[in-house]
This record gives sequence, structure tokens and C-alpha cells, in this order.
Amino acid sequence: MTFRLEPREHTPVWLNALLPLLAVFATLVICSGLIKLAGASVFSAYAILFKSALNSRFNLVETAVKATPLILTGLAVVVAFRAKFWNIGAEGQLLAGAMAAAYLGALKSFPGWSLIPLMIVGGALAGAIWAAIPAILKTRYKVDDVVTTLLLNFVIYYGMMALLNGPWKDPLSGYPDSPDILPAAEFPILLKATRLHLGVVVAVVATLLIWFLVRRTTLGFSITAVGENPKASSYAGMSVSKVIFLAAAISGGLAGLAGVGEVGGLHFQVMAGISPGYGYTGIVIAMLARLNPLGVIPSAVFFAIIITGAEAMSRATGVPVFLADVIQGTALVTMLIALLFNQYRLRFKRVSHE
Amino acid sequence: MNEILSQIFQIGFFAALIRIATPLIFGTIGELFTERAGVLNLGIEGIMMLAAMTGFSTTYFTHSLWLGILAAMVTGVLAGLLMGLLTVSLGLSQHVSGIGITLLCSGLSFFFYRLIFGQPSSLPKIKPFEVVPVPLLSKIPIIGPIVFDQFALVYIALIIVPVSAWILYSTPWGLNLRTVGENPRAAFSAGVSVTAYRYQGLAIAGALAGLAGAFLSMAQYDAYTFGVISGRGWVCIALIVFGQWDPWKSAAGAFLFAFIDALQLRLQASGVIHVPYQVFLMMPFVFTIIGMALVSRNARVPAALLKPFRKEER
Repeated sequence: MTFRLEPREHTPVWLNALLPLLAVFATLVICSGLIKLAGASVFSAYAILFKSALNSRFNLVETAVKATPLILTGLAVVVAFRAKFWNIGAEGQLLAGAMAAAYLGALKSFPGWSLIPLMIVGGALAGAIWAAIPAILKTRYKVDDVVTTLLLNFVIYYGMMALLNGPWKDPLSGYPDSPDILPAAEFPILLKATRLHLGVVVAVVATLLIWFLVRRTTLGFSITAVGENPKASSYAGMSVSKVIFLAAAISGGLAGLAGVGEVGGLHFQVMAGISPGYGYTGIVIAMLARLNPLGVIPSAVFFAIIITGAEAMSRATGVPVFLADVIQGTALVTMLIALLFNQYRLRFKRVSHE
Repeated sequence: MNEILSQIFQIGFFAALIRIATPLIFGTIGELFTERAGVLNLGIEGIMMLAAMTGFSTTYFTHSLWLGILAAMVTGVLAGLLMGLLTVSLGLSQHVSGIGITLLCSGLSFFFYRLIFGQPSSLPKIKPFEVVPVPLLSKIPIIGPIVFDQFALVYIALIIVPVSAWILYSTPWGLNLRTVGENPRAAFSAGVSVTAYRYQGLAIAGALAGLAGAFLSMAQYDAYTFGVISGRGWVCIALIVFGQWDPWKSAAGAFLFAFIDALQLRLQASGVIHVPYQVFLMMPFVFTIIGMALVSRNARVPAALLKPFRKEER
């Protein structure tokens, strides 16, 4: 018996929803091997992981708070990848947004009410500018975008650390933390006695706006067209460079907003560990969402559960917390494989021995 | 100023430069074999990370450095074959697959390091590689202590550059590999297995990336830390662009990067310029981007890079 992949004529609708679920299931099965290796019971480890992220009002809110930056970095990757602008730099663009927010949020010369809008606009702009550099390098100088977006992550990370160890260093404690933003710049809390902040609303509104952009506007259509066939788009009269530049700027702006939310709603300052790889997780989230903006929310919530739940699971079972990282990598790979079933169907046939 | 310069450009500086270049040469030359066959392997950052861990752990328990090197290279080959399964056999996006491999491998390296060593109060260490002076040659003034008083792995890296240039340009195997990367249809018609060559390229890239990771955790340093690679894999991919997919030019790029890295280390230590040391750490990355921008206009990318090959399609 042998099998071959045959191209599909069209994809059934149910498959679109089923594929990510299949990929997630396969991922959890594969990673259960690691839990076994760590000497824990697979079932109870997963049970603790999911329960601890969802079992109380407090934990649900924490999961939503964790999902907030992930939704935004996921959206950032969706917009960029639709244009085949390989933005692996959401991590750095997030840091750019966070630094801008920390700077603007501490400005005493501005009226208090203006600080939050200022941080949101300024942070998005900072992320957009940081993403514009590789976009210009790609469109003007033909420099590979994967490599530049990646290297720029390191540039801005070290730049941030230099700020934290230089001008921003806490003069009293000597800690590498930026000065706190003003109380007026702190994002309002949506639910009393929790950490649910305005950033969640920003993330959901951004999702709807990006969905509208992608599905209902000329720019959104151009972004997808350029990603699918730049030559044809160029013949059709689109400026490929301009579309890529705009996609990159929007992508960077979204990632910048993720940084704004972390500063304005959660930490009120910038410090070394402000992003434990949210930009990279955004890639996994976007792929699991099949580059569909609305799919980003469930996908981001899933990884928020994995990341918050893994800590409780690790405390209870001794399985290293880095299981969450392995799950992310595995999910990206299984989702890629699952997508094959979108384009192809598996056909088995007998080998004839003649 | 002259005083600072003479302080910096000493024999120790150039010896350090060659040490810094070594993992970059392994990574770059390895990656060259897969890219010349038409597969971009963005997984090498993660592969280096995982191999640095497996190599270190193997040596920690067996006390054999070369067994650790073997483990690191096997790790790299296995990860390379997984990359082959995704991109060659299944024809999936090379970009996303590579990022997947990197996320997966770095996740695995964190997971297993914590599983094996727990959270000890002091960093687990091995007795790392020692410098092996080459008899006679190491006695040559200036050049001797710079080039011939190094780790064994450094000599291997220096030899690998001409050897790989010879393999790529002067052997039938190298010709086939390059044809697979330029015109897989023609290679296929001539009876060359595109699949086999791409898997071989990925296996070589994996093995050498493994060697690069092991060099860092077992020769350059004596321990594995989560930041042991810190972007060197990505730099290797940039160096290939900079080196126009040529082993000599890519290796030259590795030395240039190492020069800037060694320079920033010296400047940091000299304390002449009063800025936080992270400004110096930033420098090699900035220069890499500038270097890429300078050469990219006339890049000579293998024509079939990023393109999956399916026999039945025409």
C-alpha cells in the first residue's frame, strides 16, 4: 500500500475549523511523551494545566490579561504574513512600543487625560517605525526581511538594556527598571480587584478593525493579492513596494500596541523581561489562526492558557515549565502539516506487483 | 588615541577574533550546503541551542569531550532531517518550517536542561576543551600564537572553508548539489535525486550547526546557559547573504563580524567610552544589517531557493 497527495479542488468549510483543532490535539499527544519522561501522569498534568488557567474568576482574568499582548502580536504577524512580508520582528516592535509608552506615560508637562491616548498612538507609531526599517530595506535594497527583522530584535533589545542601565536606571535602587509612568497614564481597570485592563479592549477592537481591513477594504485586498502573487498585482497596477510598506507598518504598529498594553496596564514601567517572547509566540498564533484575524483571538487564548497553566502544572508535578515552549514549537509544525490537508487529500492505493 | 589602539590590537585580540569566528564559520558553511541545494534552514539558531545542550550534557555525564561533540552533531543531523521531512518531502513553507524548528529545538533545550539539571544553586560546568598548540607552527612569531595556538575545533573550522569550497565547486557531488539548488528540473532529468541532495544538504547544515553550538558550550565557555547562542544562528544566515552564497566570501564575512565583536569586547573592557556595555553588544548586529544592505542589490541567490520540488508537476 502506498499513498500520495492529490490536489483538492476546493476546501470544505468544516475543514477550516477542524484543522487547528487537529493540530492542537496532535501537539498535546506528542508533548505528552515529554510529560511521561519527566515522570508525571500525562492526564493529571494536562488537567492541572488547563484547570489552573480557567477554574476561577481570578485565573480567567489572568488568562485574558496574558492573551492581550498575544492577540496583538498574532494580528501583527497575520497582516505581515498575508503580504508575505516575513516579519519575525514583532518581538522588537513590541519593545519599541513599550519604550515609547514608558517615555510618554511619564511626561509631566502634558495634561493627565491626554497621556493614555498619547501612549497608544506613540507606541503604535514606534512599532510601525521599527518595522518600517526592514520594509524599506526590503523594497529599496532587496535585503531579506526575515534576517533583518530578526537582527533588529537584538538591536532594540540591547538598546533597551542600554537605556535601562544608563539614563533610565533607578537612581536609588540601581535596578535596571525604567521610571514608573504617572498614575494618570495607568490604564483603567475594567473589573474591580483584578488586573483586567483597558488593553484587553484595545486588543479586541484591533482584531475587529484588522478583520475589516483584510476583508472589506482595498488595502486589505491588495495586501493579500501582493502576498499571493506580487507579479500579477504589479501588472494590475498596484504598487507592490507601497503595499508591503503599509503592511509592515500596520504589523509593527500592532506589535507596538502589545508593548503599550504591557506598560500601561500591567507593569507601569519597562524592564528586561517585559516580553518573554510574545513576538515569536505571535507567529505560532497567526499560523494556527490560518492568517484569519478573527481566528487570532481563540488561538491567542489557547496559548495564554498554555503559558499561564504551565506554571501551575510545573509547581504541582515538577514537569519543567518550558513544556509551554515546546508546545508552541510543536504546534507550529503540526499546524503546517495540517494545512497540507487543506490543499491536498491523502489517497491510498495498492501497489500492484506485476 | 594611539595608545588605545595599540592596547586593543594585540596578539590576544586577533586570537580572540579567530575564536569568535569559529562557531560562525561552522554555522555559515553548513547553512551554505542546504541553501545551495535550495533549502533555507532558519532552524539553525534553535539547532545550535539544542546541540549546545546535548553536547554539554553528554560530556557532563561521560567526561568525554568528543562524545559530546558527536552527540551535538547527531542532534543537528536529526533536526536537519526533520526540517527535510517538512520542507523537502512535504514541500511546506521553508520560512515557517524553519521558525518552527527553531522554536521547537530551543524549547526542547530549555526543557531537557531543566529536567536533567533542575535548578542548581551553582551553574553545572564541564572541563572544557583546552588549547592545542600546533608543534613548530605555533612558534612562528605573531602568526603562531594567533592561528596555531587554538582549540582543535578552531583548526577544523579553518580547514573546513577550503574543503567545502573544493567540494562545492570541484566535485561531481558539489556540481549536482548546486544544480539541485539552481535548476532542480534539469537535475531531475539528468537522474539526480533532488530529494536526496536536499536531505544531504540539511544533514550537513545540521551537523555543522551542532558543532557550532557545542563549540560555544564546550570550548568557548564551560557551561550551557539559555543565552549561549544569542542570535549567532541568525547571524550565520545573514553572513551567507553578505557572502553571496560563496564559502570564501561567507567565511570572510564571519571574520568581519568576529572583528567587530572582538573590538566591542575590547572597547567594553577598556572603559574608554562611557556608555552601558549593551551599546557595544548592539554593534555587530547593526553592522551585519548595514553589510547586507550594501551587497544585497546584486545578490546571487540560488534560483530554486525556497521553492519545493514535486516530480509530477511541470
